[in-house]
Amino acid sequence: MKRRFGPGQVVLLVVTAALAVVWLLPMAWAVATSLKPEADTVDIPASWVGEEVTLEAYRLVLGTGDILTWAVNSTVVAVIVTAMVVLFSAMAAYGFARTQFRGQRALLAVVLAGIFVPPQVLIAPLFVQMVALGLVDTWWGVILPQVAAPVMVYILYKFFQGVPPELEQAAFVDGAGRWRVFFQIVLPLSRPVLAAVAIFTFITTWNNFLWPFLVSTDPNTMTLPVGLANVVQGTFGVRYAQIMASVVLAGLPLLVVFVLFQRQIVRGVAHTGLAGQ
Amino acid sequence: MTTTVAAPAATAPVAAARAERRWTQHGLLFVAPFMVIYAAFLVWPLLLGFQMSLSSVNIAGTNTGLVGFANYAEAFSDPQMWSSLWNTVVFTGMSTVPLVLIGLGLALLVHNLRFARWLWRLSFFAPFLLPSAVVSLLWLNMIYQPNFGLLNGTLGTDILWLGDKGTAMLSVVITTVWWTVGFNFLLYLAALQSIPEHLYEAAAIDGASAWDKLRSITLPLLNRTTGLIVVLQLLASLKVFDQIYLMTGGGPEGATRPIIEYAYEAGFTGYRIGYASAVSYILFVLIVIVSLAQLRLLRRREEARS
Repeated sequence: MKRRFGPGQVVLLVVTAALAVVWLLPMAWAVATSLKPEADTVDIPASWVGEEVTLEAYRLVLGTGDILTWAVNSTVVAVIVTAMVVLFSAMAAYGFARTQFRGQRALLAVVLAGIFVPPQVLIAPLFVQMVALGLVDTWWGVILPQVAAPVMVYILYKFFQGVPPELEQAAFVDGAGRWRVFFQIVLPLSRPVLAAVAIFTFITTWNNFLWPFLVSTDPNTMTLPVGLANVVQGTFGVRYAQIMASVVLAGLPLLVVFVLFQRQIVRGVAHTGLAGQ
Repeated sequence: MTTTVAAPAATAPVAAARAERRWTQHGLLFVAPFMVIYAAFLVWPLLLGFQMSLSSVNIAGTNTGLVGFANYAEAFSDPQMWSSLWNTVVFTGMSTVPLVLIGLGLALLVHNLRFARWLWRLSFFAPFLLPSAVVSLLWLNMIYQPNFGLLNGTLGTDILWLGDKGTAMLSVVITTVWWTVGFNFLLYLAALQSIPEHLYEAAAIDGASAWDKLRSITLPLLNRTTGLIVVLQLLASLKVFDQIYLMTGGGPEGATRPIIEYAYEAGFTGYRIGYASAVSYILFVLIVIVSLAQLRLLRRREEARS
């Protein structure tokens, strides 16, 4: 009904492209700096390319090994948190939405009230608790508080309430047990919402800073963001090419994942985003 | 609990009774794993924190006795607490408006473009996927750096972006907008895509201009989404810590220090856990008030849906 290349489209395209360049510029600048010889990073006026393009900064950063350790820690922490959140939140949400037991309403109220508790205000008591439990500087110390995410229970609870009960009833009459119905009928039906919860949890855990920063003091247990913040500035001093190489290496994994799974991630964020965080 | 299962006639009362029993079994087992972790790492610290805020506690958890509301009284007469709380409020005010408006603007642009949408979506959302430490190290060292940083280099100025009291908070806000606006952008984009096409077609038949359509169809239909995004943004901004702590350390002279950093410093460098808890709980109250507004909005949205 309209021409594909109207003048309106051209104006929109130019404006959007210009803004996109502005948005990508800082990241491009980090990459450019990381590829310069160290001496050229402080040139005035700054130039996009140094004397030569070199991977020296990456070689030095990867040579110390720390950043790989942190990447492994981040991956392990994010995977375990995501798996625990998806499984336990789905089970709890199902329990609240589809079963009946004594004290159910009260427990549900306690969980929903927790949505209003920002983890940031709990740092002091949580740290004292971790000292008492001996979990400071351990993966579990980083992981467990991040699993207690009531908003995910709420999102899944809402979803399970909308699943037609007939699907389950047929299986019950056929003699299936509660657990089989949950794992073989309800969970497969819920794949999109579970994916949304998993994606959102993975991103927030991967990028989480405050709590992992407080509970890890040993570089060997730090996650990527914490290691970067704690050690890089101190170790590399003013070696900008190496700092930017670390920045690029630390920023890259999630960007690659995003490019690969853009559709799912966009849907996941839009789905869970409005409910909380 | 007698009508949940529609009994398959009188022919199979036993099967129905069995199904009925299965229906009510296992509920507690389903919620137990989550509830244990939730109780241990959210409910318990919440109660412990309140008790600690009424006590004099050091970082090792050694409690030297209840002091009643002395920590709160001290906090309310502590000018540093007030200035940190004020910084948080200022940051929230300065960041929320551009984060919502730019998010909306970018979403409108991309939604109306017919080419390479994935590319624009990637460009504007990508920074949101970077950890705060990456964002902070990048802007601190390469953008705001006064001598050879990208910003002064491009503008031809020599401003101490993060080092000057007059520009430090603005700089933090600029970085935050660049970093997180992609989230609101995505939420708006999803909302725009859910507006039925036929509304625009009807308006086009009536000869409405693009501006008419935006003003009388798009924006009114986005009202509810905007309300939610504003509240979510207020909540997120009130919890600001990472990028400020990492870029300015709260400086210069405490000019950007947010309330969470003040609580962190009281507890983890000043070793006064009781006082830190009291300061945290003051912020908590503020956040609960904003959250109640969110709850009302969500409820209204659900009512409108059903």
